[in-house]
Amino acid sequence: MGPPRVVKPPPFRYHDPGTLEEAVALGASLDNAKFLAGGQSLMPMLNMRYVLPDHVIDLNRIPDLSHIGEAAGRLVIGAMTRQRDIERSDLLHRHCPLMRKALMQVGHPQTRNRGTIGGSLCHLDPAAELPAVLAALDATIHVAGPDGARDIPMTGFPAFYMTPAIGHDEIVSAVSFTPWPAGHKSAFVEFARRPGDFAIVGVAALLDFGTDGTVNRAGIVLAGVGPAPVRCTAAEERLTRRMPDPDGIRSAALTCADLEAMEDVHASPSYRRHLAVELTSRALRSALAGPGAGSLV
Amino acid sequence: MTDNHELPDTRSVVLVVNGERREIDVETRMTLADCLRHKLGKTGTHLGCEHGVCGACTVLVNGHSARSCLMLAVQANDAEITTVEGIASGDGEWHPLQQAFHEHHALQCGFCTAGILTSMVEFLGENPDPAEDEVREALSGNICRCTGYQGIVRAVLDAAGRLRARNGAISP
Repeated sequence: MGPPRVVKPPPFRYHDPGTLEEAVALGASLDNAKFLAGGQSLMPMLNMRYVLPDHVIDLNRIPDLSHIGEAAGRLVIGAMTRQRDIERSDLLHRHCPLMRKALMQVGHPQTRNRGTIGGSLCHLDPAAELPAVLAALDATIHVAGPDGARDIPMTGFPAFYMTPAIGHDEIVSAVSFTPWPAGHKSAFVEFARRPGDFAIVGVAALLDFGTDGTVNRAGIVLAGVGPAPVRCTAAEERLTRRMPDPDGIRSAALTCADLEAMEDVHASPSYRRHLAVELTSRALRSALAGPGAGSLV
Repeated sequence: MTDNHELPDTRSVVLVVNGERREIDVETRMTLADCLRHKLGKTGTHLGCEHGVCGACTVLVNGHSARSCLMLAVQANDAEITTVEGIASGDGEWHPLQQAFHEHHALQCGFCTAGILTSMVEFLGENPDPAEDEVREALSGNICRCTGYQGIVRAVLDAAGRLRARNGAISP
């Protein structure tokens, strides 16, 4: 008998490619492989042996997947960019303050130091903040695979519960979105049992205004209500082309009472609808009380 | 399952742990936490939940706090790791955080303490003069079941003052 083998995860072969192309080739050639991003979801699942991959393809040694920038009027974030780096990006905060507001509620500093935007997106937990934010921003998801690169609108990215609409050999390489106009306001509000826990319900709210102070455009997306982020178009319509006064906010928030909500051990559908109404109202009030965003220059 | 699990998948890695360079062979599926404890004898790093929730296993990886149960040791190849054993000065004098934890009764059983100390080393490095609510937010990723946190919060605020004084900063 040799020394004790102190390991939690199941046996797998480990691969750490240095380029996206190598990672894609490995994904296409290996059976039962999992891509490892920041590890804040996959590693617990490996430690508990919920997943039993034959191969783990680690994306952490691919520097090209970690970047934050601006191109052709869009903000672009590499899939392996750490949540902490996104939270601290002045460029993102200036043009999309919603990102930092949401990230401050994602896990804890220790998990955000490792966790990535692409990992959170592909794990696609129904209560996760980042997929809801990307849905609210109408983001585009950039994907690389053996047949080349393709773009998926965030609305089409979730296939079903915790499952993105990409092949097992495809890798999210980046996300991009057009920031809302200068002066827009935003908030991310959620209710969780303890700070840092997965939310029962969370709301991303965006508001853009006309010169007369009426709402030009509204974005309301909820996490934790359905199996994937849910856009409340009824609330958006109620807000648009009118003053965002207390009556307008109440009327918009109340439309969330009609959403179809899921049931699990944490909350009933009726409680989730109650939270959806209350948190949408709070998100709108919080957005209106804050400063407007800067402009993309 | 395929046939590739007959032999362990191992790699040689270099870890700089508390300033000491160590070259070791690890199974690629071994977590950094288990590597630190069982390969390198750094048992100050504690394992509670082993799925990233409790914070007991927090260490600094290139200066940034991370759950060592959610990293593979092979991922830390060429990284500088700081464990609780490495935060005191070389001559054995406690880190101001350790001194403050001692004086404010910020621990009882001590199981969570290593993860809190390493997390707070990073936090006070980034935010040398935090408000109490910022300290509480920074502590939210570490679970303590003994103290009720009051002593921990007081100790962190006290240590922040000691560090500012040591670093020559003038308190506002």
